[in-house]
Amino acid sequence: MTLFKNGYLTGPLLGALWTFVIAVTVAVCMSFSTGEPFKPLLLLSLIWGAGLGLVSMYGRLPAALAGGVLLLAGVLDIGPVTVGEDVSGFSTLLAHLATAGFSALGTYVFTHDCPPGQLTRHQYEAAIIRFLTGFGYIFFTAIVVIPFYVMVMTSLKSQSELLRNPLDFSIDLSKGLDLLRSYQELFADFGFGGYLWTSFYVSVLTVFITLAFAIPGAYAVARLRFRGRAAFSRSILLIYMVPMIVLALPIYIGFSMAGLRNSVFGIVLIYPVTTIPVALYMLQGYFRGLPSEVEEAGLMDGLSRLMVIWKITLPLSLPALASVSLYVFMIAWNEFLLAFMLLDDPSKFTLTRGIASLNSSEIPRQHLMAGSVIATVPIMALFLGLERFMTKGLTAGSVKG
Amino acid sequence: MDIFNMTHPVPPEGPGQLARREARLAWGLLSPTIIAVALVVILPLLAVFWISFKPVELADLRPPTPVAREDVRGTLEAPGDQAKLRYRVRNSSAQQGIRDVVLTDIWPQGLKVIGDLDARCALDEQLICTFGDWEAGTRERIEIEVEAESAYFDGPDPKDSKPIMTGEATNILTNFEFTLENLIEIFDGDEFWSVLGVTMFYTVFGTIGALLFGLFAALLLNASFKGQGILRGLYLFPYVAPVIAVAFAWILLLDPHSGSINALLIQMGVTEQSINFFGERPLALIMVTVFEIWRYFPLSFLFILARMQSIDTDMYEAADMDGASPFQQFAYLSVPQLLGILSVLFLLRFIWTFNKFDDIFLLTGGNAGTRTLTVNVYEQAFALGNIGAGAAVALVIFCCLLAFSIFFFRFMSQEEGL
Repeated sequence: MTLFKNGYLTGPLLGALWTFVIAVTVAVCMSFSTGEPFKPLLLLSLIWGAGLGLVSMYGRLPAALAGGVLLLAGVLDIGPVTVGEDVSGFSTLLAHLATAGFSALGTYVFTHDCPPGQLTRHQYEAAIIRFLTGFGYIFFTAIVVIPFYVMVMTSLKSQSELLRNPLDFSIDLSKGLDLLRSYQELFADFGFGGYLWTSFYVSVLTVFITLAFAIPGAYAVARLRFRGRAAFSRSILLIYMVPMIVLALPIYIGFSMAGLRNSVFGIVLIYPVTTIPVALYMLQGYFRGLPSEVEEAGLMDGLSRLMVIWKITLPLSLPALASVSLYVFMIAWNEFLLAFMLLDDPSKFTLTRGIASLNSSEIPRQHLMAGSVIATVPIMALFLGLERFMTKGLTAGSVKG
Repeated sequence: MDIFNMTHPVPPEGPGQLARREARLAWGLLSPTIIAVALVVILPLLAVFWISFKPVELADLRPPTPVAREDVRGTLEAPGDQAKLRYRVRNSSAQQGIRDVVLTDIWPQGLKVIGDLDARCALDEQLICTFGDWEAGTRERIEIEVEAESAYFDGPDPKDSKPIMTGEATNILTNFEFTLENLIEIFDGDEFWSVLGVTMFYTVFGTIGALLFGLFAALLLNASFKGQGILRGLYLFPYVAPVIAVAFAWILLLDPHSGSINALLIQMGVTEQSINFFGERPLALIMVTVFEIWRYFPLSFLFILARMQSIDTDMYEAADMDGASPFQQFAYLSVPQLLGILSVLFLLRFIWTFNKFDDIFLLTGGNAGTRTLTVNVYEQAFALGNIGAGAAVALVIFCCLLAFSIFFFRFMSQEEGL
């Protein structure tokens, strides 16, 4: 290990790794946005990166100069990224500029306080941590963004375009509204407007029914003393660990016999029960955190317990109710298994069930992706708009998978 | 006179009136939840126990019923017309018999029977035919020659009255016939063990992977900088989005024929032939595990970040003064602080990954060596139509879950993390 703790080794090593990471990132980004061939070169990236790392230790100016040299190398086609022949000059230059710029900048940031020669443990580890941080941001952003990017872009293309070049996600803006053809067809021919509405009101009803059951239950578990309280609060946790697929089988049989299969009413009946335990668990945690003195004051002033809940506890726990509602809404909106098993009639589909019905070889892929976008966008918008509540709700309740 | 002579005060026994009232209120508030949960969780669980010891097939869910079809051969247009009234009756089930089958139909006015009436039938105001006991799949036919009289044309349309069939069938779900066949079937052979192996691989690596990636992401975002909120929101996307949407996005992305990832890999020279990510044997299992990690790292990340932000920064400053390096600070300060939340998360995620169904079902449908226990329930019950075997697998899952939970609660009593 002491061997590595030398500026002459750490610098080039980090530089080489980083330059390769940047080369891959730039190549992937450029390929995905233009559809043209861009290719990272392992050996050249490592060699150029090592050089960068070596030079960056001597300060800002040498690092900048090295970046310039790297750009020149790229243009002369001996850089870390090689570009196909018929790629436009602008894209080529952009790719080389990005590669050189980010490689040099990153390498400089990682190694600027690593002097040439022996490093202290601090300097060495700090440099590695900076590298890992940079790598981590790129890595996580890439794995999260790419699937969603592909989802949205695919929904805007046509089947033949996709088959011709699966990498080409550039959009021809001149097509104007024709870009949204998949969406138009989904709403006009596949009844997605109806599915959207069904999903919406099923989710909202689920939220209200869940709260109606969970609020009194959570209050009882959190505040009232009765025999079996501890056992009860444990069994809540236990119950919401029972997997849905185990219950789905008898529910399917029961619903078939009771004639509730294939009805939205049946779905509204079953969804809240899957969310009541989680809502109860989240709420009782919050109720416990509220000061009981306020409630006791209310009791002393002659309010009944139920009035205390209505007039004191609930107004105090509005933020928690918002979190729980959002979380329950998310579960109901995203629910797939029960909708898939219980609904067969296209006029009663929820959104997730509707998407599942698009998964056939006769329906073009972009319809499937457009459906996915329609299901994803509302929940994302809700989530981003109310991120604070959502984050809190997730941490409080996400014992549920 | 003296107060000391009063009877000695004794403390009240049992709960007082107030305490009893409180308990009553508590149970009152809880009862809707208890009833709902009992109906939808406890009852189905009992049903799973019951069914797993029964030879039930998907087709048995519709109990065998006698079915009748009535038609008239010939036309009855004027008085004196003759025709043949025909009843075709059958047992709807090809597996089970029906006892005491009886056909009842309102006899139209003014219709005269000519010739002999079928021996099994009797005609009064109504036509009643007794068939006795039927084997599985029985089909029979009754033909009656009739002649129309003028009253026939004055009465209501004879087609309005549909023949009514009655009969008794034993419902396989409610009788007391039990079998161990389902359990023997699922434990027998190598399949069960391979399914269990796949489940364990998926669960263990999915859980650990999600935990490690979550830890990494939390370490990244534990710094405060501009845009931290946006990144945090972005990194939660995989968890918040509907599973069906992201699963199909992955399938499309990794498609062997028109998938972008394959095109990218070929273009970059990593591989020469396109890779069938969800169709080849060891690779498919690895890919569904990667998907599981991708989808659930946000959850671990959120929990770990929340815990990290509650750690006192003074400690790190002191360690810095004492000359501890960043890695030492992580190993000796952060890790012990995070150990509690990490182990709670591990247990919870372990149970939930074990229970996961949708993800694999959507990605591979359980093919190419990715059939876990939960997917096996669906496969047995709905794809193969053997509900009993499906319930038996569900029973196995439930037993595993019970074992995990016992372990979990033992552990939770020490660890008050959640």
